[in-house]
Amino acid sequence: MKIAVTSQGKSLDSQLDPRFGRAAYILVVDTETLEFEAFDNDTNKNAFKGAGIQAAAMISDKDAEVLLTGFCGPNAFETLNAAGVKVVSDQSGRVIDVIQRFKQGGAVYAQSANKDGHW
Amino acid sequence: MIISVASGKGGTGKTTVSTNLALSIGQGVQLFDCDVEEPNAHLFLHPSIHKIEPVIAPVPKIDLEKCSFCKKCMDICRFGALAVLKKNVLVFENLCHSCGGCFEICPEHAVLEKERSLGDIEHGTVNGISFIDGRLAIGQVMVPPIIKKIRSYTDPNMITLIDAPPGTSCPVIAAMNKADFILLVTEPTPFGLHDLKLAVETVKILGIPCGLVINRVGIGNDAVNQYAKKENIPVLMEIPFDKKIAQIYSRGEMIVDKIPEYKDKFLDLFKKIVALVEKKEGSK
Repeated sequence: MKIAVTSQGKSLDSQLDPRFGRAAYILVVDTETLEFEAFDNDTNKNAFKGAGIQAAAMISDKDAEVLLTGFCGPNAFETLNAAGVKVVSDQSGRVIDVIQRFKQGGAVYAQSANKDGHW
Repeated sequence: MIISVASGKGGTGKTTVSTNLALSIGQGVQLFDCDVEEPNAHLFLHPSIHKIEPVIAPVPKIDLEKCSFCKKCMDICRFGALAVLKKNVLVFENLCHSCGGCFEICPEHAVLEKERSLGDIEHGTVNGISFIDGRLAIGQVMVPPIIKKIRSYTDPNMITLIDAPPGTSCPVIAAMNKADFILLVTEPTPFGLHDLKLAVETVKILGIPCGLVINRVGIGNDAVNQYAKKENIPVLMEIPFDKKIAQIYSRGEMIVDKIPEYKDKFLDLFKKIVALVEKKEGSK
């Protein structure tokens, strides 16, 4: 299964980036092989508005089925929901550890955004 | 002539100055309350409203039968208002600025225009003054189109006074742009000065002559005057920190009605503005 993880760096050893839409990088990882692609999220990071929406559309495009992140706002959540991407929020630590924890099973999928939108 | 009354900081007296100035000049004045998120000039002037007009702006609606999910609409949108997914397209209406880019670029003609009501503008009159204000609809966030709609009624043969919103963001630019003069109302406090500086920087970019009204003179310090001197911005009027004025304001009454000598002070302010505008016209 492919999953997306927000990351402060380009490797699995990086710290998870708590922000979704404005994360530094988004890693799309194959949970079986741990092969991954790192996407520079610079455009969204500096977007005036709609960063979460665009990041959500991007990870859906890369066939991620699950997103592991810290905080997910309402517009991003709505987009992920429409795209069928499940969200595990409130994550922290090294990306690789977050993935291993997810692989152990029992992840609680978010039913709603855990961060307010901002104007 | 268009005079925009702005401030940077909120609550410095923009409405007090613009309404009293309007009433002092009287006939031949248009007063536009462009603080459409919280219009209040009507509370002081009590205009009789004869027409309410909706402000409509289009938002995209996607025809999924025609859509090829090519993402051109999503790419052209500067505000991230569209999310093209594999089998679905989401529209976030509150992010849409109604620029029309998505309608134009769609090769499949799958982006349809849907009407959205941003708010209303009200037309009225009071004491020979032509009055218009705008009201942003609850839940809407797009302010500049409402201000532009109000300003589309600018009559070049009249004196147009614009009561601008506070701050320096898009709504303020919409209320100041293409004015002949910007009257900045401030107060002699650190907060007043801090936001006045931001407002002056904005006015400089717009290249419009400006002058100051210092309200509540007697509180705070002399820093606003020093700043004005340094920046060569004329101080056109000072309104004292006076309990009587505060009482008049708090009752929703007009200073020029209750303290008649203020009518001359506001007319004097108007004369100074006209002279500065003519000087600028002459130097062109």
